[in-house]
Amino acid sequence: MKGLLDQQFEQGGVIITKIDDLLNWSRLSSLFPMTFGLACCAIEFMSTGSTVYDMDRFGMVPRATPRQSDVMIVSGTVTFKMADRIKQLYEQMAEPRYVISMGSCANCGGPYWQHGYHVVKGVDRIIPVDVYVPGCPPRPEALIGGILKLHEKIRNESRVKPVAIERLLNTKLHVGS
Amino acid sequence: MSDHKERIKELISRVVGEPVSEIPNSTPAGYVVPKETLFRVCSELRTHPDTYFDMLSNISGVDRGPEAGTLEVVYHLYSIPFHFSLSIKVVLSREQAAVESLVPVWKSANWLEREVYDMFGIQFKNHPDLRRILMPADWNGFPLLKDYQQDETYRGVKIEY
Repeated sequence: MKGLLDQQFEQGGVIITKIDDLLNWSRLSSLFPMTFGLACCAIEFMSTGSTVYDMDRFGMVPRATPRQSDVMIVSGTVTFKMADRIKQLYEQMAEPRYVISMGSCANCGGPYWQHGYHVVKGVDRIIPVDVYVPGCPPRPEALIGGILKLHEKIRNESRVKPVAIERLLNTKLHVGS
Repeated sequence: MSDHKERIKELISRVVGEPVSEIPNSTPAGYVVPKETLFRVCSELRTHPDTYFDMLSNISGVDRGPEAGTLEVVYHLYSIPFHFSLSIKVVLSREQAAVESLVPVWKSANWLEREVYDMFGIQFKNHPDLRRILMPADWNGFPLLKDYQQDETYRGVKIEY
């Protein structure tokens, strides 16, 4: 009896696809998150990686260094003392890189919005965010939902028109004063 | 146990040189001592065979507000052999909030005093390493003071919601 792959590739083993689709598919199927947690949301993030929720089924293996990571999951309260470190870690990640803001604190300051003098009211004030996951803390299902949203975003990306260059071209240059 | 409490009160009064007053509604019960005598009182409580408060559990700062004009520091002591807790309070003026450091008496005072300094700006004289412990080193102001006004931005990031 033939194996599953053999059955699938019976017709000479040729697949026709767009290079964009192939690259996007390969990238979104192996998003390596950075091992990184800030508060109670990190517990839910850890739970997402556990056997019950099994983050590995999305090809996600937490990496211990920003150099090997594709996505940063900001799981928890971002204090001003931590903000510089987060920015530095983000800048150390190789492009293309993504950020998931997990939980109310990272989204907008959460319960610290009014009296939290030490809390950055949203991690998007220091680094660009791709997906916001609401919750306090979000359940692992919610985080997985956010990851799937990010998959959707990556699936629709194109190498032909990189967004950054497009944005750069649209920027009006101010020469002189 | 009340005998023990009375003995402690006598001991503190002897070191201070005058009768000390009890902190109202305090748990554990405790006494207000003049700030000049704090170090001697605590050294005596630490070493005296009748008290032997060998553990400093906590140091709290209290701001009574600009109207009252006082800052307070509350020390929570615990004696492991006697299984007995005690509070000691000093009252400081808001303008010149400074008190002797207790690091020579209890090593655990080091970080606790740094925290009180960080939040209230209270100076601890002869502290070996008095700098901020929770807030960033370049933070402006002491956040738990009643009249604390937060900055617009910190390193270019807006603080307000």
